[in-house]
Amino acid sequence: MLTQEEVQHIALLARVGIREDEREKYQKSLSSVLDFFHELEMVDTGDVAPIGHITGSENRARADMFIDADQGEKDGIRKNVPEMQDGFVRVKSVF
Amino acid sequence: MIRELHNKLISGEITAVDLTKKYLKTIEEKESEFGAYLTLMEESALKEAEIVDEKIKRGETIDLLAGIPGAIKDNICIAGVRTTAGSKILDNYIAPYDATVIKKLKSVDAIFLGKTNLDEFAMGSSTENSAYQKTKNPLDVTRVPGGSSGGSAASVAGGEAVFALGSDTGGSIRQPASFCGLVGLKPTYGRVSRYGLIAMASSFDQIGPFGTSVEDVAIVFSRLVGHDTMDATSAESGNNKPFEEYLTGDIKGLTIGVPKEYFSEKLDPRVRKVTDEALNRFKKLGANVKEISLSYSKYALPVYYIIVLSEVSSNLARFDGIKYGLSINDDENSSEETTTLLETYLDTRRIGFGEEVKRRIMLGTYVLSAGYYDAYYLKAQKVRALIKKDFENAFKDVDMIFSPTTPEPAFHFGEKVDDPLMMYLSDIYTVTANLAGVPALSFPMGTIQEDGKNLPIGGQLMGKWFDEETILRTADTFERSYNGEILEK
Repeated sequence: MLTQEEVQHIALLARVGIREDEREKYQKSLSSVLDFFHELEMVDTGDVAPIGHITGSENRARADMFIDADQGEKDGIRKNVPEMQDGFVRVKSVF
Repeated sequence: MIRELHNKLISGEITAVDLTKKYLKTIEEKESEFGAYLTLMEESALKEAEIVDEKIKRGETIDLLAGIPGAIKDNICIAGVRTTAGSKILDNYIAPYDATVIKKLKSVDAIFLGKTNLDEFAMGSSTENSAYQKTKNPLDVTRVPGGSSGGSAASVAGGEAVFALGSDTGGSIRQPASFCGLVGLKPTYGRVSRYGLIAMASSFDQIGPFGTSVEDVAIVFSRLVGHDTMDATSAESGNNKPFEEYLTGDIKGLTIGVPKEYFSEKLDPRVRKVTDEALNRFKKLGANVKEISLSYSKYALPVYYIIVLSEVSSNLARFDGIKYGLSINDDENSSEETTTLLETYLDTRRIGFGEEVKRRIMLGTYVLSAGYYDAYYLKAQKVRALIKKDFENAFKDVDMIFSPTTPEPAFHFGEKVDDPLMMYLSDIYTVTANLAGVPALSFPMGTIQEDGKNLPIGGQLMGKWFDEETILRTADTFERSYNGEILEK
């Protein structure tokens, strides 16, 4: 079982705020799902290579070309930004 | 149904505008009961329909899907239309561009009636996890329509759309198709471009169609496929023959594999009975049935969930309150001590995401973190390789694999919503197709009686990679035989 401190630490790493009174609930539900994963320890995967792309497709690159979006698309992107200033996205200070 | 409507459109028996109006009227009458849609697109739908009518009037050749009204799952972007993914964090998000599948459907003049409800970010198996509303199963409104594409399934089953698009990460098209008595197809991974689909788990997600018949699903599917430069994981489609032209009604000589692991003693005897009847029908239609083994399938659920959670935690990092969507930027709503950018992240995601989404993001973050990566994610990707090997071996002997789609018919509201593990178990038969990347189709194979009602249950056919033709043809043959159109031997 995860400790409540661990739950709080995971939440911070995941950038998900959780209230103090929610810690116990998440402690229980996260732990029960993690327990469910322990079954896999029984599988021998000694020399098995992990899956990369499931149908075996190799890395593919498109031509290194600039593709301009049309004005409507650009405006649409800007309209969705919560806070803008002088054409830049505004955020709170990092530190 | 689509072909019939198409013939009526080109003969002038009906107009596209009348057809669209008819569906909008059903929506008006039924929507308060079913709750399938999150956003309606009445105005643009009628405009699109007018264009189709003009083309018919001018004598232009129109596509089979032109003028046919469909519904789109609300995690697929349509330019200028609100796209929520069933989450409050995207409550005010207006998609600035069309998903590739939408561009393709627009190019053949299909009509969009609206955007349909789903479990938040497609995480769930009952659509109860939507941040907006509950969608009812039109066949029995005390039951769930399945999920996560529950709104799309309910719209078609309730007569509120001719076809619908959903997305399938672990069964989110096939399970609701099974619960609502529809046909639903999850294509081979890479068959359909994911560009413009709000990502849940990128190595599993595929967009696919719902319809009331196999032919309808084949018609829509033909118009979705193909390589797209905007999705590097999409594949060349190979041949250009539309899938509806493969539906010959002949499955003689094909071999259907039945995995013994899927038919344990725990299987509901009512489901077993319907499945056995379906197998008998396949045999009478000339197919061979062979027992096979998918020995690693018992590990499918833990492998699936480890990979899903990992990809979820990474994919949903983009919802940060900075670029779009909900942004909690004031101290009033904050439960944090800091006043920096970190506060915006923590508050926005605490308020914007629902419980299951937060749970999955945290679990994914945990299993990917230093010290646990090897034990969870890497281990899961290795077992996934063994599961794929199972399928490669099976397909040496059989042309496709058959099982029930779901271990039970549609369940009641509230039955599983409080227990994530119980909910995860509804995906037991469907996740392996996503793990292996193979195409899989659910079609109505029979009914089960419960509370005096005949509830549908789906049969699932899984095909070889990029061989949707065979499973479509087989399910179509079954359907026509079930309806008495094809006689068995």
